[in-house]
Amino acid sequence: MGGVTAPTPTELEHAETDTVVGEALPWITIVWNDPVNLMSYVTYVFRDYFGYSLKKAEKLMMQVHRDGKAVVSHGGREEMERDVQAMHGYGLWATLEKSDP
Amino acid sequence: MRQQWTAAGKGRVVGGFAALEADLLRTLVAQVVELIRDDAPAPSSDDPLASLLQMDGPVDPPDDPVLARLLPDAYRDDVESAGEFRRFTERGLRDQKADNGLVVLESLRDAGLPDEIAPEDDLTVEVELMPEEVQAWLRTLTDVRIALATRLGVEDDDEDYWASLPEDEPRSYLHDIYDWLGFVQEALVHTLA
Repeated sequence: MGGVTAPTPTELEHAETDTVVGEALPWITIVWNDPVNLMSYVTYVFRDYFGYSLKKAEKLMMQVHRDGKAVVSHGGREEMERDVQAMHGYGLWATLEKSDP
Repeated sequence: MRQQWTAAGKGRVVGGFAALEADLLRTLVAQVVELIRDDAPAPSSDDPLASLLQMDGPVDPPDDPVLARLLPDAYRDDVESAGEFRRFTERGLRDQKADNGLVVLESLRDAGLPDEIAPEDDLTVEVELMPEEVQAWLRTLTDVRIALATRLGVEDDDEDYWASLPEDEPRSYLHDIYDWLGFVQEALVHTLA
């Protein structure tokens, strides 16, 4: 992560929210890039399954595409196992892990 | 041929296929369904209760690279958790994928695709999908594309390589089919936007 620039107020707000959420919900679901899945389909899956807005779904899809992976959800372990199972059902390559403390 | 799908209201979608295309799709889907079913591993436990509760699934990832990609590990650096997860979920995921494939085969049959297609047939079959069938199609197209891409060794940004192959090279033909399925899927996703 590139955290060199001074955060704008908006970014700061997000960072704080993430920390609070992160502590309460210590597991994350990661979707990994693969050469097969279409950008449009990956966006569709994020909207359909997670109910994310088009903007958020596209942002996550681009992250998968460019960075090779994206954290698509966080929560309890069982919840993340459900999300991973659902992603595999859609044909996306997903894993879960404990989020970094 | 570029695949055209049209939204037909209430989440229904209609699409036309040349009989040869539909026949090709049928063959590929049937192969993937067969792979998912036939290679199903033996139960990991003899306990009838475990079997009843579907707790006796396999622990190790499948050997076949296509199946390993269709049924991936849920944990990356934790073999034990990955095995436990697989024991409880792999069989269900296999059933789900096989069922989706059967839905696609049924839509092709319902559309009037004959069992045998002659190369000179210029028949067009019109497939009509209910919303839940659209889901099965999207997922099955994904699974078939994953299967082809895994067998071919498709990688990111390798279009130049595939374009450089001679046309009579079987891998080139298979890659064209892979691309075509991508168009079909892309067009189907766009009817939902």
